[in-house]
Parts: sequence; C-alpha cells; structure tokens
Amino acid sequence: MNIDHLALLARLELTDSEKILFSSQVENVITYIDKLNELDTGSIEPTAHILPVSNVFREDELKPSLPREIALQNAPEEQDGLYCVPKIIE
Amino acid sequence: MKYEAVIGLEVHAQLLTETKIFCGCSTKFGSEPNTQTCPICIGMPGVLPVLNRKAVEYIVRTGLALGCDISSHSRFARKNYFYPDLPKGYQISQFELPLCENGYLDVSSDEGTRRINLTRIHLEEDAGKNIHEGSVNNSFVDLNRAGVSLMEIVSEPDIRRPHEAVEFVKKIREIVRYIGVCDGNMEQGSLRCDANVSVRPEGQSEYGVKAEIKNMNSFKFIESAVEYEIYRQIKTLKEGGKIIQETRLWNTERGITESMRSKEGSHDYRYFPDPDLMPVNLDSGWIDKLRNETGELPEVRRNRYAADYAMSEEDAFLLTADRHTSEWFEKAVLAGCDPKVTVNWIKGDLMRLLNEDGRQISDCPLNPVHLAGMLDLVKKGTISGKIAKTVFEEMYRTGNDAETVVREKGLVQMSDESGLETIIDEILANSPGEIERFRAGDQKLMGFFVGQVMKNTGGKANPKIVNELLRKKL
Repeated sequence: MNIDHLALLARLELTDSEKILFSSQVENVITYIDKLNELDTGSIEPTAHILPVSNVFREDELKPSLPREIALQNAPEEQDGLYCVPKIIE
Repeated sequence: MKYEAVIGLEVHAQLLTETKIFCGCSTKFGSEPNTQTCPICIGMPGVLPVLNRKAVEYIVRTGLALGCDISSHSRFARKNYFYPDLPKGYQISQFELPLCENGYLDVSSDEGTRRINLTRIHLEEDAGKNIHEGSVNNSFVDLNRAGVSLMEIVSEPDIRRPHEAVEFVKKIREIVRYIGVCDGNMEQGSLRCDANVSVRPEGQSEYGVKAEIKNMNSFKFIESAVEYEIYRQIKTLKEGGKIIQETRLWNTERGITESMRSKEGSHDYRYFPDPDLMPVNLDSGWIDKLRNETGELPEVRRNRYAADYAMSEEDAFLLTADRHTSEWFEKAVLAGCDPKVTVNWIKGDLMRLLNEDGRQISDCPLNPVHLAGMLDLVKKGTISGKIAKTVFEEMYRTGNDAETVVREKGLVQMSDESGLETIIDEILANSPGEIERFRAGDQKLMGFFVGQVMKNTGGKANPKIVNELLRKKL
C-alpha cells in the first residue's frame, strides 16, 4: 500500500507525520478486510443492496431546475454564470 | 518488421430522453450555462438519484438491435475520480453487471465484411463541460450536461484499420438514429467516440501497449486520429522507443495526437456498487415488449426493399436513412402505392417541400395514404400527371386528401371532347401563321398547339385527347 498514491487519488496533502500515522491505520483496515476474505462465500449470492428492492424508476418528466443564482451560491468563485476553477490544462 | 494495428472503440451516445438520467432537469442542448441543474445533478449532500425508466428502455432497444444479451439483473457503480466537470467526485456508471453484454456489428472493409464483436453496452451519466478559453489562470464549468443519460458501447479490440473504425461508428450512428434512441448529432457531442489503439508485430498474439484517443466527434477526426496514432506508435517502436499507456487528444490544427495525462489504471477508479440506486431486473415480458418496439433494422429493411421491390441501393439507402422516411414509405405502399412511384415522389416533390419549410418528415402534413388516393385519380384519368404535382403540393399545404383538393381547386382533368374542341377551334382561328407552317412540315409546332390548349385550360386538359383532336383538325 502506497500512502502517497492513495493521497493523490483522494487529493489530500499529507504531512510526513500524517503519512506515517495513516499508513499504519490503513494497513489495519486492510488486514481486517483480509480477515473477512477468509470466509467461504462461494455459496452466497452477491448482494448489490441490503434492501430487497429493485426497479425503482422515475418517468421521463421535466421538473423545474434550480435558478442559476441559487445553484452557483456554493461556488467559491463564479464568472458569467459559470463555475470558476483553477486552470486544468496547460 | 511489419506491424498491425489493434483498435477497440468506445462510442458514447446521448440518449434522447427529455430529462437527465437521475433527475428531472432538461437535457436541451445550447441553453444558458448552469440553468439546467438541480441538487441531484450538481451533487449536493443528501440527495437521492432515481433512474429514468426511458433510459433503461432505450439502452435495451439498442442492445437488442446489436444482438446483445440483455441482462436480467443489472446494477450501477460509482467510478471515483476528481475533475471539475464531475461535481460528486464520482460518476455513476456500470461496472459489473451492465445492462447489455456481447453482441456484434458487421462492417464492410477492404477485406469484405468483418464482424466486430461488442463487449458491452452500459448506462452512465455524462459529465459537465469544461471551458478553457477566456482566462490564463482559470477554467470554467457549465454543469447543464452533468447527469445527462449516456450509453457507452464498447467494442472488442477487433478493428484493424482506420476506415473500419469509421464504418463501425457510422453504422452505430445509423442504428441508434433509426431506432430513435439518439439523435446522432456529432457536432453537438450527442455521439462521440474514444479509440484504444495499439500496434504489434504481425503474427504476434499478445497486444501491445495501448493509447486511448479521447473525444472524437467527427468521422474525419476518427480516421485521421487513428491513422496518425498507428503511424506514431510504429515509428516510435522502429526507432527503439517504448509506447506508454496514456490518454491522447487529437489536435485538429496540427493533425497529430498529443499526450493529455498519464492514464489512471482501471483499479484507480475504485469502482463499487452505488448504494443509492436499486438494481434493475428486466423480465422477459418487458424485454419482448421492447423488442417489438425496436422493429426492423435499416440493413434488414434495405435488403427487403432490394429483394421485394427491385429497388436500387441508392434509393433503399435514402429511404432508410431515418426511420420516419421509411415509415412514410411503408404506409404509402401499404395503402396501395407503387413502390417505385412512391420513391420518386419522396425523392422529388416531398423532399423539396420539406426542405423549403425546414421540416422533418416526422411532422410531414401530407398523409401517405393520401398519396395513394392521388395516384388512383391519375390512373383513372381524373387528373393528369402534370396536375398531380399541383395536387401533391396542395395536399402537403392543406393536409387534405386528393379528392378534396381536386374538387376545391377545380383541378379535374378535362376529357370532355366537345368542350376541348371549342377551345381548340378558338386557338386555331387565332393562329393562321402557325397552321400554315405546321402544314408545310414544321412538326415541332404540335407542341405549340398543345401548349396553348394547356395554357387555356390551366393545365387541366387531358393531353391524350388534345393530341387526338389536334391531329384530326390539322
């Protein structure tokens, strides 16, 4: 397990001491999950969901959208009705 | 050393649902940015996505058209990655248990017909749109497209040449348009494709390292980009270089593919079943119903037209270019129209009138049954072939049937000999010079006399009888 890679995927910036701390914690979680793997689940149906419910649909019917100013209210920055983010390609 | 290319395609087709896949926001193209979003599609905490039934029906219809196995049990998964156009930090997609698996598409190639197998077709939500122009330090995001229903059609790496890739996408486009699940508009991005390209020495069975070319939205780009990528990889290998697994983009201006970012491997997406969405179970009754709705496919229909009506390939293609045209044709033939005559009316006057009005044939005011009625009147001699053009246009304008148009406009052909005789006598009395020249041998003047009669009768005179009468009198 590579903590730097994991931090990158989660877009987290970790200090060196955090890296040491989280490495061992994540290690523990993985060890625990490995323990679950010892169970023989060959005869058990895979579960997609804990509730015995399927086929929940909505009809293709229009509902009002949010007014733009409301939708953009949570954006740290906006410009001309667009979300504004740091440049993502060179 | 000779190399061969191995190409697999992923075609993304936006489904023609009116609302997004998990919420009721509109999917209309070209609206003001960020005016078609809600807490669900912009990923607010605590919201619950609910699957659009039509999206499921459309993908199943596509699967049936492409010979896929339709899964009786299917579910959704989260694909995790960070990008500004993906508000939730994950895309709802399908990983295990997609709705359609296997299937195939036959494409024509230099080597005859080649079968391209399909791996799967799955449902997913689209991401928003990033805009990189307008600022040095910032990108901008429009989330109107976030959450629009997409299906991804994934082929096996069975394609060997750039033109086969183009044929594959063309055929997919034809089918999805025909069965009415996607408008196929590549310029607006309703249909776009990624290509996985690798090369290997001829005869080698292992695949080489692949590069993925993303977001190609025209047939020309697909062909040029795949062609360039094959050339680039072969050149790199021949010069002793190595191909790295990466995502590349086609640069239209420079005519080359360029590296975009190092590709995260599949496991980096950390797919897991989405707990917010319930599994989909399709029973055979539902699948059969969708099979019936899917109907006959364009290729099958073209072959039938060629066999049953001895139709030219060109005409058969024209009729099956979209479902509505061929349905209009089918209805006309069913009402008793001669197939060849019908094609000619569609190709000629109908297309012209529709073009002039900027209308689609799907809302053509002229009922194909009325064409049958009109052709009957021509056959019976009630109207002439020339007047038929007027009647046709009038039926189109008013939506009325041929008999009504003929009656209201007084377009009944004049076959009454004594009436026509009076008119002819009058014309002849006024054209002594022409009569003299005609009798002196200028046979071409027959046309002049017929023309005069037609002009006098507003085109309604029965040309056969006019000719007979004129010959008798001259």
